Amino acid sequence: MTAIIDYGAGNLFSVKNALDYLGIENKVTKNAEDLRAADRLILPGVGAFPDAMRMLRESGLVEVIKEEVQKKPLLGICLGMQMLFEKGYEFEETDGLGLIKGSVKLMTPENLPIPHIGWNELELNKPCKLLEKGGEYVYFVHSYAADCPSENVAAYCDYGMKIPALVFNGNVYGAQFHPEKSGEAGLEMLKKFAQL
Amino acid sequence: MLAKRIIPCLDVRNGKVVKGVNFEGVKDIGDPVELAIEYNKQGADELVFYDITASYEGRGVMLDVVKRTAEQVFVPLCVGGGISSIEDFRDTLRAGADKVSVNSQAVKNPKLISDAAEIFGSQCVVVGIDAKRNDKGGYSVFINGGRVDMNLDLGDWVKEISERGAGEICLNSIDTDGVRGGFDIDMLNFVCERVTIPVIASGGCGKIEHFSEVFEKTNSSAALAASLFHFKELTVDEVKAHLKTHNIPVRT
Repeated sequence: MTAIIDYGAGNLFSVKNALDYLGIENKVTKNAEDLRAADRLILPGVGAFPDAMRMLRESGLVEVIKEEVQKKPLLGICLGMQMLFEKGYEFEETDGLGLIKGSVKLMTPENLPIPHIGWNELELNKPCKLLEKGGEYVYFVHSYAADCPSENVAAYCDYGMKIPALVFNGNVYGAQFHPEKSGEAGLEMLKKFAQL
Repeated sequence: MLAKRIIPCLDVRNGKVVKGVNFEGVKDIGDPVELAIEYNKQGADELVFYDITASYEGRGVMLDVVKRTAEQVFVPLCVGGGISSIEDFRDTLRAGADKVSVNSQAVKNPKLISDAAEIFGSQCVVVGIDAKRNDKGGYSVFINGGRVDMNLDLGDWVKEISERGAGEICLNSIDTDGVRGGFDIDMLNFVCERVTIPVIASGGCGKIEHFSEVFEKTNSSAALAASLFHFKELTVDEVKAHLKTHNIPVRT
């Protein structure tokens, strides 16, 4: 079973719709026991970094997530991906989950609008279990981006600057884009995640 | 590099996709969910549902269409038509829409744009505009499906929309809409020069070359069309193949 972590700041239903469509058994949950029983975890997220981290902390799930990723895969999506890093700088400095080295900062592409909205191409940096080749177009909606070591980046995208699009560290994966809104390419990635 | 988007638009009335033909009656095109699935297969980058029912019962039917589509189609969905309050935004997003489009009601109550952007985020607030060239050399904004002139200058309006935090503008030209002679290049440039948020070109597309023309001559981020796709004159993948030969980045 794949647990979709419900802590009050997620685009849970599009993720759930996509997993249901793929026939992947899943449960939207805020119970620590469900997270412990799950085969893998998905951390969605929409909104602002400080609020989302506060809600996640108040849900009491931070320690459970940190323990469980020692044993099972986790996929963070969009803000859920950003929360995997050590720190976020949206409005104020906020501690993240610290599962991947690096921090999250406001994007500064030259002469391009923020937020970065639309379909952009994945440029392979380092293959991982969710992405072998790159070249796929996936759907992005974000204003902040990760600043992290290249060794944790599976793929970048180009938006006036190199943006870490898919990151990983051991069991932990993070997609800055929305695989659940990225057509076939996104569904393919979710399918691979469900096989981990 | 960001891809240019091709967006089929589905006008929905009482749960059916329809297309007006010369103001006289409307033609029933088919089931919105089935059409959405078909356009998704063709490679549509986003889908727009436009509710032209404008009744309380119709609203529920529309939300059900959105919900059923979101269960089967995994590209962004934008829903517009009759959106007049934050509650309408919330209901539509909850049904599974990723973006909500406001038009007339935003002109009457611009605060709706800033309130929605603050609560739900700029990325889901699309402002639709119907505009027409005026005799002073500029453009005027109309509401109620292009019937009522608001004496509002298009330049002032797009600036206000942008400052209030809208995520995108969908610009429909009353002069070119339905004429099939191409998108309104001058009006699109007029708007693209004044805002940094993405502009979606709408109204006037009659053949495949009009898609390459709009991306070569303007900074539009996306092009929207309805009847060309509904009447199967073109498929989305044919349009994208054409754009590729013009070196315009598209998702394939």
